[in-house]
Amino acid sequence: MTEHTVILRNVSKVYRQNAVAVQALTDINLEIPRKDFLCLSGPSGSGKSTLLNLIGGLDKPTTGEITVAGERVDQLGKGGLARLRLHKIGFVFQAYNLIPVLTARENVEFVMQLQGRSPAERGAKAREILQEVGLEGLEGRRPGELSGGQQQRVAVARAIVSEPSLVLADEPTANLDSKTAENLMQLLVHMNKEHHVTFIFSTHDRLVMDFSRRLIKLHDGRIVDDEKRGAGAVG
Amino acid sequence: MNVTLRFAWRNLWRHARRTWLTASAIAFSAALLVFMITLQLGAYDMMIDTSLRVYTGQLQVQRSGYLDKPQMRSTVPEAAALAAELRAAGFPAVAARAQGFALASSGSRSYGVPVSGVEPKYEPLVSTIPKRLAQGRYLREADAYEAVIGATLARNLKIKVGDELTLLGSGRDGSVAATIVPVVGIFDSGNPELDRHLVQLPLAAFQEVFSMGSDAHAIVLSGMELRELPKAATRARALLPADRELVVLEWQELLPGIEQAIEADMVQNWFTYIILIIVVTFSILNTFLMSVLERTREFGVMLALGATPYRIGSLVMVESVLLALLGLGIGLVVGGGLAVYFHLEGFTFPGMAELYAQFGLPGRIHAKLSFNAIAVGPAVIFLFTVVAALYPALRIRRLAPVEAMHAV
Ligand SMILES: Nc1ncnc2c1ncn2[C@@H]1O[C@H](COP(=O)(O)OP(=O)(O)O)[C@@H](O)[C@H]1O
Ligand SMILES: [Mg+2]
Repeated sequence: MTEHTVILRNVSKVYRQNAVAVQALTDINLEIPRKDFLCLSGPSGSGKSTLLNLIGGLDKPTTGEITVAGERVDQLGKGGLARLRLHKIGFVFQAYNLIPVLTARENVEFVMQLQGRSPAERGAKAREILQEVGLEGLEGRRPGELSGGQQQRVAVARAIVSEPSLVLADEPTANLDSKTAENLMQLLVHMNKEHHVTFIFSTHDRLVMDFSRRLIKLHDGRIVDDEKRGAGAVG
Repeated sequence: MNVTLRFAWRNLWRHARRTWLTASAIAFSAALLVFMITLQLGAYDMMIDTSLRVYTGQLQVQRSGYLDKPQMRSTVPEAAALAAELRAAGFPAVAARAQGFALASSGSRSYGVPVSGVEPKYEPLVSTIPKRLAQGRYLREADAYEAVIGATLARNLKIKVGDELTLLGSGRDGSVAATIVPVVGIFDSGNPELDRHLVQLPLAAFQEVFSMGSDAHAIVLSGMELRELPKAATRARALLPADRELVVLEWQELLPGIEQAIEADMVQNWFTYIILIIVVTFSILNTFLMSVLERTREFGVMLALGATPYRIGSLVMVESVLLALLGLGIGLVVGGGLAVYFHLEGFTFPGMAELYAQFGLPGRIHAKLSFNAIAVGPAVIFLFTVVAALYPALRIRRLAPVEAMHAV
């Protein structure tokens, strides 16, 4: 478990809906070291979301073992998974990430509140992290009053603020224009460096892939390419 | 403000109109219940009060055991003197009564009837009979030999005012008690029992005829507020001579039928109330369910962030409780306002006041203001609302993050 944040062994996922079985992932083996900045790419339906959900403990693999931050995700119960997600994993989704009635700052504080941190600590950390993602002065706005890029920045702030080992981002730039997407990727790169957090994100946008240090290509639920890249994150 | 509270409060106002509609339904039912229950309890008090005013009185001093077995020798000794003492101690309406049984005859007809000896000066304070004379006048002198009788009895005996009535019974010592007295008045109390049976004599005359000495069988107390009666009873008990086996009886013992009638009526009313509450509860449940279902995706995100279903369920519960409290608050203000108004002004049906006035009784129901009368309706609504809120809150336990996030 030493240097690997995520280890997958022979992971498969079959969705059964009525009589139809969909093989979403087949025999995935993967080791992701600490502080990696990894991109899952592949066409729509290739299994990117499924893989991220399995790693994040949002869903169970049909077969295989998944270890995240030293814990067997496939064997944890509901409570254990909630605890793991709360303390070890941050999520950024494609859209509608934020709780609409809470302000940017309250969205960020929400996870810290779940973690049981004191109000004083929550306030200070929220202010600090929102400043870091470039939202100074917008802390009091609700998601509806923020642009798509700003909303994703809040989501990144919220994912990082719980001090996780791993951040999972499922197509975080899908709803953003290319300039905004690039800025967001730069922010992720920055977070990866500054906070020593492993990042796994998915995309089918070539521009976004170029930020990764390791690029995994999925096709029909199988890994078809695993490419180490020097550029991008390490800079 | 607490974070969860603030969060819940804002969630309520995502659909302001729906929230107001639901709160209004809760408010309306709460106000209605407060109004109906305070009025209903006020009506019971009026019913008790009017029943007691007719003849029984609010409290009675009797010899212990007399109530269950009314024997002539179970007396209150020195009754008039004791009544005077109670009067001096501040009791507003006190009258001594003796009771016996006699064969009442006039010419050809005879009936067995209860005969009572009353203090003409004080009896009007504890009974409506002296005010309900259909013919003639009420008794005047404490020691005069004269009688007033009920209208039905007079008709049955074919007696008019001025005619003579023969009473034949037995005295306390078993001796023959017999007298002939002129009927000076005929009363029509509105109570069929009393009108058919009762013969009243002045107490002193009764005591002589029935060999009672200065004893009687009851000291009737009245003229107090219903809610003061338990205290008044305690105070009266303290004033009784210790060695004479006297007891102070309250109205529940004197007229047990009233309490039973009230309880039966209460059960019937609550049946109606509960149906109303259930109807309102279902509309609330519908709102709660909708508000949970439409946020499935949001709950999915919260689960992904590490919130437990329990936590989200608690949030939903807090929302429901806030909504219920909002509605109940408005309902309490409106219902409480109505209750205060009808407490002060009284409530009457067309014709009710006139009808009651005929019997010398007040014809307005005054809503009862007490913590219980006001709080019990809203409390029951609150209970039902919380139970209704549990269902959607518990459904969240079944939520799986991935499916939840795929929901629209
Ligand atoms: N909840 C589900 N039920 C049934 N099939 C699913 C479900 N989620 C995904 N799939 C199927 O699994 C395959 C992989 O989907 P997904 O992981 O969403 O791909 P991607 O994110 O790369 O577009 C697809 O064929 C998709 O239709
Ligand atoms: Mg996807």
